Amino acid sequence: MPKIVYDGSLDPRTFKDVIGQTIIRLLESDPDVIYVDADLMSTIGTYKYHQEHPDRAINMGVSEANMMGVAGGLAASGFKPIAHTFGPFASRRSFDQVFLSAGYAGNDITVIGTDPGVCAAFNGGTHMPFEDVALYRAIPTATILDITDTVMFKTLLPQLIERPGVKYIRVGRKQNAKVYDEGSAFEVGKSIRLREGSDLTIIACGIMVHEALQAARILSEQGIHAEVLDMFTIKPLDVEGLLHSAKKTGAVLVAENHNKIGGLYAAVCEALAFHHPTPAACVAVEDEYGEVGPQDYLQQRFGLTKEHIVQVAQDLIKRK
Amino acid sequence: MTNNVNALKKLAAQIRLGAMEAIQARGFGHVGGSLSVADTLAVLYGAILRVDPNNPKWPERDKMVCSKGHAGPAVYAALALKGYFPYEDILTLNQPGTNFPSHCDRKKTPGVDMTTGSLGQGTSLAVGMALGDRLKGRDSRMYLIVGDGELNEGQPWEAFMFAAAQKLDNLTVLIDWNKKQLDGFVADINDPQSFAAKMEAFGFHTQQVKGNSVEEVLRAIQACEEVKGRPHAIVLDTIKGAGIKEVEDTFSNHSMTPKPEVIQGWVQILRDQIAAMDGGVFDA
Repeated sequence: MPKIVYDGSLDPRTFKDVIGQTIIRLLESDPDVIYVDADLMSTIGTYKYHQEHPDRAINMGVSEANMMGVAGGLAASGFKPIAHTFGPFASRRSFDQVFLSAGYAGNDITVIGTDPGVCAAFNGGTHMPFEDVALYRAIPTATILDITDTVMFKTLLPQLIERPGVKYIRVGRKQNAKVYDEGSAFEVGKSIRLREGSDLTIIACGIMVHEALQAARILSEQGIHAEVLDMFTIKPLDVEGLLHSAKKTGAVLVAENHNKIGGLYAAVCEALAFHHPTPAACVAVEDEYGEVGPQDYLQQRFGLTKEHIVQVAQDLIKRK
Repeated sequence: MTNNVNALKKLAAQIRLGAMEAIQARGFGHVGGSLSVADTLAVLYGAILRVDPNNPKWPERDKMVCSKGHAGPAVYAALALKGYFPYEDILTLNQPGTNFPSHCDRKKTPGVDMTTGSLGQGTSLAVGMALGDRLKGRDSRMYLIVGDGELNEGQPWEAFMFAAAQKLDNLTVLIDWNKKQLDGFVADINDPQSFAAKMEAFGFHTQQVKGNSVEEVLRAIQACEEVKGRPHAIVLDTIKGAGIKEVEDTFSNHSMTPKPEVIQGWVQILRDQIAAMDGGVFDA
């Protein structure tokens, strides 16, 4: 079970360090693991390892389409490939290769797309994927995670590389709020209830978990009791956990660092519409392209803050 | 396995016949590109590839990736003649539920080493497999067939650059330079200039041969054994539709829907050729 230690403070470790360390630990513990990157090793701390072990950590250069195909070929040879690049290049740039050379062809690969959504910050709109989840959701049987904190990342990556099919992890490289204690266990496809409530359910993933927990605290001061679920697995969606909470609260708010089209909000609405129609709303990007700026500015600009969640929650419960 | 040129010529004709009979059974298909590559497939499956039809996934085997996946009918004919499955099976080409789709699918057809069809993608997959075999310490060779039209795509050049940088000398790229793509002549649509010069510049050990001559293709593939430290490229100067004069002379021969009596005529031409050939029955 995950042990929750959230108090609003930042994780003492950056994702950047933990991503690289976790990959290297897997390479050292399992000779079948192999890691490919498209000239972004230095951004997750794996370049030095590559220099020492160029056959285990392979630098493909700036060629994401080729990287995904080579990863597929390595899978066919009996390896468990991990491929990393920034989110936009891990999704829309190389989508056809992931879809066909990995998914359709039956070559199981794990893709790490760093700097999702507004986490791309100073790299700006060209590097800012608000659509990566939508693309990966359309790959049959793909697994998609949006990571909450470093403990979750280092616990889930070893599980993910053993899963069949295409696996996609979106994760930032800076510090998120610390939510889970060391040693917490996570199960792909099983959401985590971070806070109990009765008036509405806030479903969040990635950087929006911190915003959701802060919003829930503000709402409770107003007498609105929000339940908060960490839906870190976007696909396969934890429909059982969603319905259990939705039936109790009667209103569902989804908070995600992604276009409102095709991501977690869409997945939740699809499940609710079929199983248990429930008033729903989202705090997500309103079908826009990204732009440049510091992450806190971008969260304001695209409406991804605790204040936005509070506002949307207040409006949502009136629709119950 | 055989180095007997007459036997390989006969095998090439049998592959052509199999491809045409499969296409005949469905009524339409990728005629031109299946015929142009038949001689190369005959050399690979007749004389070169260390494979075991009874154990298609034997990890130490040599591999063949036909990145121009639309040559599926010719690949299926070669695999059937090699003994992977009964010859009659390939006559289900493109029928509902078939294991013989127009483009090669490793999940459906025994002996197909990689799924291809979206042009360019087979190159990276083959390079990844060749690299994987080397890293696993296997003494396996990879033969990658690409089309000339396919090389309009950018991805193969990423894959070739990487293969040379990795010094993948277990990889041989066979470029089926049959001069035509779907809409017309390759040189008219997006002129690639010299494939041989390009591959040489990319760092490949490069040869150019008459690709519809089993002798020349065999000699070129064997010559690759002597060159270490670089991947190999063989530009196959071929004719799209090779082996059936009427197809060769048809401008638009990529995908064809011949009248039943026309394709029956082609099948008869190939049967007559085979009956007149020496070389006996091909022994897988």
